[in-house]
Amino acid sequence: MIRNYDKLIFELSKEGRVGYSLPKSEFDGCCMCSELPANLCRESLPILPEVTEFDVVRHYTNLSNKNFGVDTGFYPLGSCTMKYNPRINEEMAAHPAFAGLHPDAPTCSAQGALEIYYNLAQALSEISGLASFTLNPYAGAHGELTGLMIMRKYHILRGDLKRTKVIVPDSAHGTNPASAAVCGLQIVEVKSTPKGTVDVEDLKPLLDDTVAGIMMTNPNTLGIFETEIPEISRLVHECGGLLYYDGANLNAVLGKCRPGDMGFDIMHINLHKTFSTPHGGGGPGDGPVGVRAGLEHLLPNPQVKKGADGIFYLDADNASAGYVSNFLGNFAVIMRAYTYILTLGRENVKMVGPLAVLNANYVKESLKEEYYLPIEGVCKHEFVFDGLVDKSTGVTTLDIAKRLLDYGYHAPTIYFPLLFHQSIMIEPTETESKETLDEFIGVMKKVACEAIENPDVVKSAPHSTPVRRLDETTAARFPKTTYRQMKG
Amino acid sequence: MKYFPHTQDDIDKMLQVAGLKSMDDLFGEIPQQLLFNREFALPEAMSEVEIRKFFEALGKKNSQLVCFAGAGVEDHYSPSIINPIISRGEFLTAYTPYQPEISQGTLQYIFEYQSMICELTGMDVANASMYDGTTATAEAMMMTVAAAKKRNKVLVSATMNPKVRRVVDTYALYNGIVVESIAEKDGVTDLADLEIKLQGDDVAGVILAQPNFYGVVEDYTGVAEMCHARKALMVMNANPLALAVLRTPAEWGADIACGDGQTLGIPMNYGGPYVGYLACTNALVRKLPGRIVGSTTDVDGKRAFVLTLQAREQHIRREKANSNICSNQSLMALFVTIYMSLMGNKGLKEVNRLSYDGAHYMANKLVATGKCSMAFDKPFLNEFAVKTTVSPEKIQEALLAKGILGGVRIADDMLLLCVTEQRTKDEIDLLVETVKNL
Repeated sequence: MIRNYDKLIFELSKEGRVGYSLPKSEFDGCCMCSELPANLCRESLPILPEVTEFDVVRHYTNLSNKNFGVDTGFYPLGSCTMKYNPRINEEMAAHPAFAGLHPDAPTCSAQGALEIYYNLAQALSEISGLASFTLNPYAGAHGELTGLMIMRKYHILRGDLKRTKVIVPDSAHGTNPASAAVCGLQIVEVKSTPKGTVDVEDLKPLLDDTVAGIMMTNPNTLGIFETEIPEISRLVHECGGLLYYDGANLNAVLGKCRPGDMGFDIMHINLHKTFSTPHGGGGPGDGPVGVRAGLEHLLPNPQVKKGADGIFYLDADNASAGYVSNFLGNFAVIMRAYTYILTLGRENVKMVGPLAVLNANYVKESLKEEYYLPIEGVCKHEFVFDGLVDKSTGVTTLDIAKRLLDYGYHAPTIYFPLLFHQSIMIEPTETESKETLDEFIGVMKKVACEAIENPDVVKSAPHSTPVRRLDETTAARFPKTTYRQMKG
Repeated sequence: MKYFPHTQDDIDKMLQVAGLKSMDDLFGEIPQQLLFNREFALPEAMSEVEIRKFFEALGKKNSQLVCFAGAGVEDHYSPSIINPIISRGEFLTAYTPYQPEISQGTLQYIFEYQSMICELTGMDVANASMYDGTTATAEAMMMTVAAAKKRNKVLVSATMNPKVRRVVDTYALYNGIVVESIAEKDGVTDLADLEIKLQGDDVAGVILAQPNFYGVVEDYTGVAEMCHARKALMVMNANPLALAVLRTPAEWGADIACGDGQTLGIPMNYGGPYVGYLACTNALVRKLPGRIVGSTTDVDGKRAFVLTLQAREQHIRREKANSNICSNQSLMALFVTIYMSLMGNKGLKEVNRLSYDGAHYMANKLVATGKCSMAFDKPFLNEFAVKTTVSPEKIQEALLAKGILGGVRIADDMLLLCVTEQRTKDEIDLLVETVKNL
């Protein structure tokens, strides 16, 4: 490993080096350069590196050494469900019989692929209790947007055009209000009770005939189960609205209860959270959207269907909310999630939620003397501390997060949810062992101790990472976002 | 279960620490009627041996075809080293780089990706990537409306790929944006129609394609001036591979460039994952959605990279954010960054030249069969539309019987064919021969 490697790929460039090999042209008599009209050709030459294949391998391997993944170590990032990403999923996703399929290939030549899509959609229905799924949206936020489009289309088709408000709890993920806005909906915030759940009394006066629906996640972002969901469901439905389930926290209840049974009409699932497809440094994921019986026709096009003859085909419904993606979503991600469900099987899928919840409660109870737990009680897959119990030394949540990096851990999610000033949101997931959790608990206690005994070491952390705290202000004030700008 | 580390002893001890008696107590607060009490109707757990056999059998239900289809997704060569690199756990299993001190790998490759996209498009700034080309174009549309403030109309050329158009239409519908088509004339955008439609001074953006859906390389001379005179922004959806040789969106005067990076060596994967790119002029940077990486220094003065201009984004701005996008297509951005690094200028040009040669050879041969004629007499790179005397269905059926995916049917008498550097003369000759014999 090269220590302190800090080159850009552009800085390895040397004129004349090549990193590719291509076949010789078999076609005489063509000449792109003379045949294409000159005014259609580019004038300037792009600055791209000239490097060998080996340069590229070594460069990116060295970059990877400056990264931290689930494979590297414990990643208790709340709301992100950083569980183990099995390699068999990768192997199946790269299977040449699927990777080489063109989206416009006739469906008779893609029956295997369509069967996987169909079967995963069915499995998600069974797991979530909703009647029908599309796998076309590309990510969680994209699934939310698709789900809200379905909600709007539902009201539009009923001729009920005044329903343009969506209710979002103040503890919601930032994507909820953002997706609602992109879908042309106005956001109305509903407050949380001191116990962290939706305040039903605050909700009631908000419910009128302009409400399209409510977006909730259950358990919510505090890791608390919304026990009043049957009542909320009744109230929202009574006023003519629909219930949307943000599936970001589905891992918590996987195998224990189902959004469909809670009264939700529409939901999305993050395959890259609950179903173990890798996060890839920010994508690609996939955000399947499910609907209850009676809303199937609103799912985005194209829709995968199975004929009476057992043949799969593509369909487009005129009532659909529309097209939200190029084709059938991130198909290779769909293959990974399907592999994962088959590997777990019916006997293990139901253990995911309970073990994830056990891990979270174990960590929470082990640390609540040092870290302030604003809401007591059994949590689900994650929980939130509001900073240290002893805040007298001025050590903040950011400092704690940075100090954890020194000890070889990824930081928890910080400053979210917005209900507390010093939120530290921890989600251990079911694939972490008691030993890993014990070590993490030990380090968290040590950091709490350091915060009192040697606060400066925490405030100036991290010390042992490839780079230390960054000047984000200058980065934003004078943005340099390309090599060309950097060179000036 | 190999993914669960808990022994019974672990479970007992952990429950004790949590102050609980049984696993059921973990869900004790949940109303009884909500608990799921039956077995899932799912298959039983499979071993790896069974999983491999299962997918092998499913794979046999697909056909491996020699691909002459394009329409936005092309069968280009993927260099062997890309998959091993992007499969490294440090890249593959990382989350969004929220902790820059331990995410410099991700942040730096995104910076390199942004730089390369700007080099190909000629634009000043690119974001960290989008889901795909269709959603990137929809976001570009929303940028033009946000920038124009009081205008809510966009014009899209009828030569745009309909798969892009229908996603743009969907996003527009729920945003109260009106989308109008600019007419097509002889396979290219009818600029006279564009000029008329701009006259209302109510257009926020004009969205054009390069090469267009028919494979034609359009001449956009004067279009930027036309748009800007009416205070409309010009958006160009361009194939990034083709931009290694074609006049760039910036050189045409575009304000925003967008498109799909699939052509940069990404396997076709039955529709995804690909990567959308979105780039713009400096003037529009604060309207750009999604992640952006910038360079900076750390407290020791070391060069480093960081997510920047985050005040545009959903986790800060919530409903006032530029977009709801929360991630990017990071690993696929790494994919195309490695691809562009390997190919360099010369390689990208060579891929275009080989594809061009094959496509022009095939076009000439097909016309010579008498069964096809060029739909448009316009310059093209590696994709072209032919009018056929036999029905395109019949042609595709005959080709399918020979193991060939014979393009994409785009009208009752029109077939769109695409050639890449992976197609050999023998494969092309077989296609031509089959058409000839019909």
